[in-house]
Amino acid sequence: MTTRDSYASATDTTEGRVYSVTGGDWDSLVTEIGQTKEERVVVNMGPQHPSTHGVLRLVLELEGETITEARAGIGYLHTGIEKNAEYRTWTQGVTFVTRMDYLAPIFNETAYCLSLEKLLGITNDIPERASQIRVLMMELNRISSHMVALGTGALELGALSPMIFAFREREKVLDVFEMISGLRMNMAYVRPGGVAQDLPKGAIAKVRETVKELRHNFKDNEKLLVGNTIWMMRTQGIGYLDLAGCTTLGITGPVLRSTGMPWDLRKTEPYCGYENYDFDVITTDTCDVYGRFLIRMQELEQSLRIIEQACDKLDKSEGQPVMVADKKIAWPSQLSVGSDGMGNSLEHIREIMGTSMESLIHHFKLVTEGFRVPAGQAYAAVESPRGETGVHLVSDGGTRPYRVHFREPSFNNLQATSAMAEGGMIADVIGAVASIDPVMGGVDR
Amino acid sequence: MSEQNGMFGASGSGDTSGFGGLERSAASFGSSERPYGSYFDEVTDELERAYPEFNSAIEKVVIDRGELTLHVKREKLFDTAMKLRDTESLRFEFCLGVNGVHYPEDKNRELHAVYPLLSMTHNRRIRLEVSVPDSDPHIPSLVEVWAGNNWHERETWDMFGIIFDGHPGLTRILMPDDWPGHPQRKDYPLGGIPIEYKGATVPAPSERRSYR
Repeated sequence: MTTRDSYASATDTTEGRVYSVTGGDWDSLVTEIGQTKEERVVVNMGPQHPSTHGVLRLVLELEGETITEARAGIGYLHTGIEKNAEYRTWTQGVTFVTRMDYLAPIFNETAYCLSLEKLLGITNDIPERASQIRVLMMELNRISSHMVALGTGALELGALSPMIFAFREREKVLDVFEMISGLRMNMAYVRPGGVAQDLPKGAIAKVRETVKELRHNFKDNEKLLVGNTIWMMRTQGIGYLDLAGCTTLGITGPVLRSTGMPWDLRKTEPYCGYENYDFDVITTDTCDVYGRFLIRMQELEQSLRIIEQACDKLDKSEGQPVMVADKKIAWPSQLSVGSDGMGNSLEHIREIMGTSMESLIHHFKLVTEGFRVPAGQAYAAVESPRGETGVHLVSDGGTRPYRVHFREPSFNNLQATSAMAEGGMIADVIGAVASIDPVMGGVDR
Repeated sequence: MSEQNGMFGASGSGDTSGFGGLERSAASFGSSERPYGSYFDEVTDELERAYPEFNSAIEKVVIDRGELTLHVKREKLFDTAMKLRDTESLRFEFCLGVNGVHYPEDKNRELHAVYPLLSMTHNRRIRLEVSVPDSDPHIPSLVEVWAGNNWHERETWDMFGIIFDGHPGLTRILMPDDWPGHPQRKDYPLGGIPIEYKGATVPAPSERRSYR
């Protein structure tokens, strides 16, 4: 289409075409600045600033203490996960995507698997118990993620104690994860067709006990922050973004719900059987940081409610399969949690090494080659703690993904920084960013 | 779409399986036949009614795995997007970004841009797909329609080299500003170095013998 360049004019010479770049000269810059009377300062906040939620760089143009322009610079944590996944099997992809948004690994895995199951056409064949375990793990994960959001958010605004309580609670959830999957983070526990393994003995009892403790302990943070005058002064009316702003910027999650819009994919497009659980979508109508904080606080209780219902369902479905019945897709090995994490169970090793040659061949083929996925594309989304995590997968019919794309809520929502911060005070940009709760691993992928 | 020979990905790595003669080709989808099912008929009908140029703008309508994909000509993308957003019976007020896919074998349509849309009013989802040749990778920007596409378009430029005309500041976003090439294109190598492990050498992931 257009080849005109307004920044570099071209002249044809005997040596070929020569471009001359103009503008940006120091002299003209000085004259320009000399003409304005206000004092303008450009401040570079981050990428190593302790209150920017990881390696986020904010370029702030200030007039006194008022922000006239805010730009977010990202990319410091880019790891090329999407590209790497194209060189591994579909199942190995789970291990990659779980590392994107590292505070919500289960959501990444589930979104990826839901999209893959849609591509395979086995969405309705996923065993009930597998979906129940997914729901249980996701809601536990929502708690551990919200705990970091609340704890670090408060810490960044100068309130230290909530962080200590929040991380104490998070540890409890991570202990449950460790018991169930063998790992505290990046578990690769949700697999195409189901989950890696059934819950170990005593897991449900442990979850129930944890729920009881969490419900009791959540009160500590509530007492510290809800209605706290200093906290309210720092958060109320800060980081304002209304529904129209959210819609055009594509913002989902607590930020959208703080405008009074009850949009939650668990209700609007239920997946993993969320339609069978009883819970409320929490909204506020303040459009500010305080509203988002209240939403996260109350979503904790809703997650506990879902976990309790999931436990009841899991009690009833004891002994049912947790992996799709199709042996061409189901991961062949039966895993178990050992002292060094999740690995092949001894019974399975005994079977493939000692008793059945066919089992060994089947195991080998499926693990090294993987399964083929019919060509096409699919999009599936889950409601992660930060909003809609959407996964767009493209297959060319092979054993590896042709394209894996994550529509990360952190990446998208971080765009709202400018809208929330401009016109406000420099101290409030911290609260605004904290209320978006971006996880840089998810932003940069 | 593509043709593949043999069972293994990396060439020249000694296929000893005897299956090297296997050939497989993946074809792209043709246009779907009516009725489309679900709300897809209604959405296409409403768009046709609201947008007189529908037939020249939409190349094909594909229904696959319960999802509706409208393949739009790039010249008409902006108008189509406006109609989808503003028509009362459609109201796709939410765009979940844009994402590129590179199909080197799809001649003269190598680069695809995919836009997942969401209508909160009607709780519906559709997808727009635009394809452009590698030699002329220009697509009109939709930042004016959905401001949230700003970063997504920058990412797609960064990763695939698709130029979004009219974008307020189309610069790299994830890679460094002076990075050469667009990493997620299929002709861009993954890179990586061989790893030595207890005397044996494990080649880089893209060089390993692997199944297709």
